[in-house]
Amino acid sequence: MSIVPQSHGRFGPYGGRYVSETLMPALEELADAWEHFSFDPTFRAELDRLLREYVGRPTPLTEAARLAEHVAKTQGRRLRVFLKREDLCHTGSHKLNNCVGQILLAQRLGKQRIIAETGAGQHGVATATVAALFGLPCEIYMGAVDVERQSLNVFRMHLLGAKVHPVKDGTATLKDAMNEAMRDWVTNVGTTHYVLGTVAGPHPYPTMVGELQSVIGREARAQIQAATGRLPDACLACVGGGSNAMGLFRGFIDDPGVRLYGVEAAGEGIDTKHHAATLGKGRPGVLHGARSYVLCDDDGQIDEAHSISAGLDYPGVGPEHSYLRDSGRAQYLSATDQEALAACRLLARCEGIIPALESAHAVAGLPRVAEQLSDGASVIINISGRGDKDMGTIAKHFGAEVSS
Amino acid sequence: MTNTPGRPFPSRIAGAFARARAQGRKTLVLYLTGCDPDFDTSRRLLLAAAQAGADVLELGVPWSDPSADGPAIQAAMRRALAAGGGMAKALDLCRTVRAANPEIPVVLFGYANPIFVRGTAKFAAQAKQAGADGVLCVDWPPDEDPELAQTLAQHALDLVPLIAPTSTPERVKAIAAVAGGFLYYVSLTGITGSQLPNLDETSARVRQVRELSGGRLPVAVGFGIATPADARAVAGFADGVVVGSAAVRVIERAVAAGRDPVPALEAFVSDLRAAMG
Repeated sequence: MSIVPQSHGRFGPYGGRYVSETLMPALEELADAWEHFSFDPTFRAELDRLLREYVGRPTPLTEAARLAEHVAKTQGRRLRVFLKREDLCHTGSHKLNNCVGQILLAQRLGKQRIIAETGAGQHGVATATVAALFGLPCEIYMGAVDVERQSLNVFRMHLLGAKVHPVKDGTATLKDAMNEAMRDWVTNVGTTHYVLGTVAGPHPYPTMVGELQSVIGREARAQIQAATGRLPDACLACVGGGSNAMGLFRGFIDDPGVRLYGVEAAGEGIDTKHHAATLGKGRPGVLHGARSYVLCDDDGQIDEAHSISAGLDYPGVGPEHSYLRDSGRAQYLSATDQEALAACRLLARCEGIIPALESAHAVAGLPRVAEQLSDGASVIINISGRGDKDMGTIAKHFGAEVSS
Repeated sequence: MTNTPGRPFPSRIAGAFARARAQGRKTLVLYLTGCDPDFDTSRRLLLAAAQAGADVLELGVPWSDPSADGPAIQAAMRRALAAGGGMAKALDLCRTVRAANPEIPVVLFGYANPIFVRGTAKFAAQAKQAGADGVLCVDWPPDEDPELAQTLAQHALDLVPLIAPTSTPERVKAIAAVAGGFLYYVSLTGITGSQLPNLDETSARVRQVRELSGGRLPVAVGFGIATPADARAVAGFADGVVVGSAAVRVIERAVAAGRDPVPALEAFVSDLRAAMG
């Protein structure tokens, strides 16, 4: 029995299904199908096989000794730091864990077409990948701003045979891509499965995506016990919509001795207007089909979010995180663009691992987490993706230093 | 004529449908986005539409993320937001329309977040005080979360629900049970302003919705009704016809050409009215 009260897709007051009537029957069908197949041994076996043979699971848990040494030098705290290596998944991030599960479900529902939204492009690439694997036509909605800053991923999606629709509406980022994906789904709901990429959206997505990503936490739990003989003292992950964090947290949520930390994007600073710290600075509202924290003004208009990392540039967050925030089970910190860039370089130079800018936010949270731990404590940081896609952005910020 | 349960007198909306029926014609429901292109023009447009033959006004509450709307209404919302529109201004607009026209039923048509952030009770009290008669909230299914329906009922406001081609019989019954004013049948699985589908199917579905809801409320059909001929065809089987995107486009075109949109909208509404008989 989990400490998170769940019923009909509600996490306490959060979650639910706030969508137009046209989609309600499809969501009911999807929830029923998920409930059925997630316990079906044949489905589980096929999912496990794909995770093993195609995604490349289990991903390693790598001890980051030189990063720990850096913390010891700068903060005088001796920790053992472990990295959960989702960057080593096929396609370069944790996103594929969710996509393989959803495509198997779509297949059983008889859907012939796949759509998805994407921010950084990692989820779009993962969806285009499984669509190619299963021979299904795939269309991806991506904000025009993100198409610009993640052009490498756009090219990957094209190469995989997907059609990419740049969305110019609103702020032309992830939230607008989600709006456009919902418009497509409402129009083609009979034939199409919408592979939502995070633990947000209407029920059953937060539950389903959380369960599909929980493989991260299950593996990490077994791996750290093998490495240290006990559970970790803290888990640390970045939070945009929150799927990689939820995946890691699920492995430890019922162990009160394991502190859970989410790191949101503080952009140019949470006291400026340019950030994406939804749990830190937002309020409860309704966006993209669920009750959860949102960034909006007093009139209810959704604010423009900002982060250097396209995957965290979202003014909403998954409803389970909203519950964990209010209950105090998880704590949510934030890291600025500059802190994330510095953390990206730090991890590259200490460990030879270039994290995605999203994951770099988790690394940037380590000093603050270290302050709250004692010597000898162990920490797992989820490296949700690799940084190759961000080279253009990073080069722009570090300039000559990278090109020389 | 039927009353909303628990309501001593028929609402303005029920009255408008009853009056049309007594006159042997169908009800014309007109959607306009509030504050498109600005507050004062929007006020004149709403009043002119009522004058030209709209029986019920749907006052669209602009929102930043209208995921159920097509390009025409998305653009209208962008214009309205740029002109300072939103929930607060939509309530002001409703109040000024009510002051000038005590008869015309007004339904506030919008999305959940502006209502939720205000608080449902505060929103309902303000909507009532502004002279609104009903509320249509696109992304708040009444069976999923009864809070809005209950709060509106406490303030004697009709909850006008959407019913879709995908709605199961069980859902139609559950939704109709808490509805007031009229049932809004969405002609197609899609967004506002899409192409009108084959009407034989729509007509059969409207009959089914009437049966499932026990005929307690009139059924209006919307989404995709763009021309007087469309309106005439739908009036052949529905109790009411909802026109939204097409009216918004009339305004958009006039504004783009630098003209006052009021005469163009008046002419469009008169044509719809005339075609519906």
